[in-house]
Amino acid sequence: MPKPEQLHFFVDASRCIGCQACVQACTECDTHRGDSMIHLEFVDRASSAQTVPVICMHCEQPTCAEVCPADAIKRTGDGVVQSARKPRCIACGNCVLACPFGVPEVYERRQIMMKCDMCYDRASVGKTPMCAAVCPSQALFFGTHEQIEQLRPRSSPINRFQFGRQTITTRVFTMVPAARAALQPWVDVAAAMDETPRPRLIPLSPVGAADPFAGVEV
Amino acid sequence: MPRASSDKSIAAAWGLLSAAILAGLVVVGSRSLARFDAALVGYTFATLFATFAITYRYAMWLRRPPTRLYWRRGWSVFLTPAYLRANIVEAVRRFTLAFAANRFIFRRGRLRGAAHWLIMWGCVLAAAITFPLVWGWIHFETLPGRLDLYRVYVFGFPVQTFPIESAYAFIVFHGLVWAAFLVIAGVMLAFRRRMVDHGAATLQMFAQDILPLVLLFAISVTGLMLTASYTWMKGYAYDFLAILHAITVIVALLYLPFGKLFHIFQRPAQIGVSFYKDAGAGGEQAICRRCARPYAPLMMVRDLIAVERDLGFSYEMPGAGEQGGGAAAGTGVSHYQQICPRCRRALYGLAQGRTWAGGAAVPE
Repeated sequence: MPKPEQLHFFVDASRCIGCQACVQACTECDTHRGDSMIHLEFVDRASSAQTVPVICMHCEQPTCAEVCPADAIKRTGDGVVQSARKPRCIACGNCVLACPFGVPEVYERRQIMMKCDMCYDRASVGKTPMCAAVCPSQALFFGTHEQIEQLRPRSSPINRFQFGRQTITTRVFTMVPAARAALQPWVDVAAAMDETPRPRLIPLSPVGAADPFAGVEV
Repeated sequence: MPRASSDKSIAAAWGLLSAAILAGLVVVGSRSLARFDAALVGYTFATLFATFAITYRYAMWLRRPPTRLYWRRGWSVFLTPAYLRANIVEAVRRFTLAFAANRFIFRRGRLRGAAHWLIMWGCVLAAAITFPLVWGWIHFETLPGRLDLYRVYVFGFPVQTFPIESAYAFIVFHGLVWAAFLVIAGVMLAFRRRMVDHGAATLQMFAQDILPLVLLFAISVTGLMLTASYTWMKGYAYDFLAILHAITVIVALLYLPFGKLFHIFQRPAQIGVSFYKDAGAGGEQAICRRCARPYAPLMMVRDLIAVERDLGFSYEMPGAGEQGGGAAAGTGVSHYQQICPRCRRALYGLAQGRTWAGGAAVPE
């Protein structure tokens, strides 16, 4: 079984079928029981059924933590950006507005910011986060680099994102075409301002494909 | 002088000033140390150090760009002359609900709220009794010729007289016992949660989450042992217990500025932020450049852009009007902050889908 530090989160948003399984499973996580921390967003509801699952990308230099006036958001040694520390968070909402991926949420009544912590109770001991454990299309996958390479030979995981002039590097990887990653190993998010949803043909059960859940303790 | 070094010097100066003020108040309040209890000198120096360190850390905290901005904005909004009276009333109401009643913590969990409420009020009661005694601000004397009466002096001035053998005296002189009962009950509830709650067990750290509970428990138990010693055991091991109790209190005082308990001093910022948010909600709203919906107070978005620039982030985007922080007219997007969180999530999906352009028919 791989060690926790060898395991990574891989998101292939365009594989998402919008089934909401991740949203429901997320509420089962012990660190935020009852509250779903994953966002399942329609990219353009009027013209397309395409959805995108958005988890915390766990930035190497988290903007949310830097702009937090209470110094409440901490990144643990394994690179996971945790929800705001409860004694400190003053629910100002700076993190909500600052996150380039739009992840954190403030719960006003409880005066706390909470967000995806990659199911820290599970991921920190090598178990698959709840959302990835139930995702039927593998838009959300948790495993080793070797496993994802075997599963998606035409794709490459990258973790650099461009927001205008700002480059953000994350602990979570996004899958892009391997040929493109070789030329441009980053995703320019801001450049998608005028983008419309594009279709992508993805058989959900490729013949002869390896079992994506093999070797991953659920 | 480099900024970090300058910040530390300023913070150290504030720390020294506050410790000096406290030392001055100790001298004045104890009538030139005439009422100062020399047996408590260890506690006094620990509180002086804690005052220095707490002020130092608070000052350093305020030097952080977002904290500094919120601090200024919060006070500015609160002190607006036209709303000052209403703001004071509202601040008292919010302080009562948030800090006296711990309403928001009870909403996080009933047992969690109960644990915090008990610990907090136990500590408040204990601090209200202990610190004035340690600093010589309060002392008790029997009246001349009336050994059955006690007189209370505050800062050397007589304020109250009561019979020694009375229910009132019993309650007052056992104030620290009641405080210990509250703290121990709260610590038990908190420890229970930390042992059975898987989420808490995953995230908790010894120095941050366990040590303060251990310290509060040790202070309470050793304090109760002192009472038990002089009440029922004819002062058995009293000297040892007094030293043991002093060690636990002094360690807690030294821990105060560095660990989890520092939130006692940070937390009131919650009230200031609530006024800032109210002012923002009543003001102009920022309009998302992608979906054209209002998503946040314009003042907050502008402040955040300034803070991000101060921190070295550059979310500016090529296009028109890079200086603006709001929804000024323009064909391009000037700053990524001008896009609402919902659209940011959609953009992430669209950007990833965009990388597959041209490869739509290639299955994988």
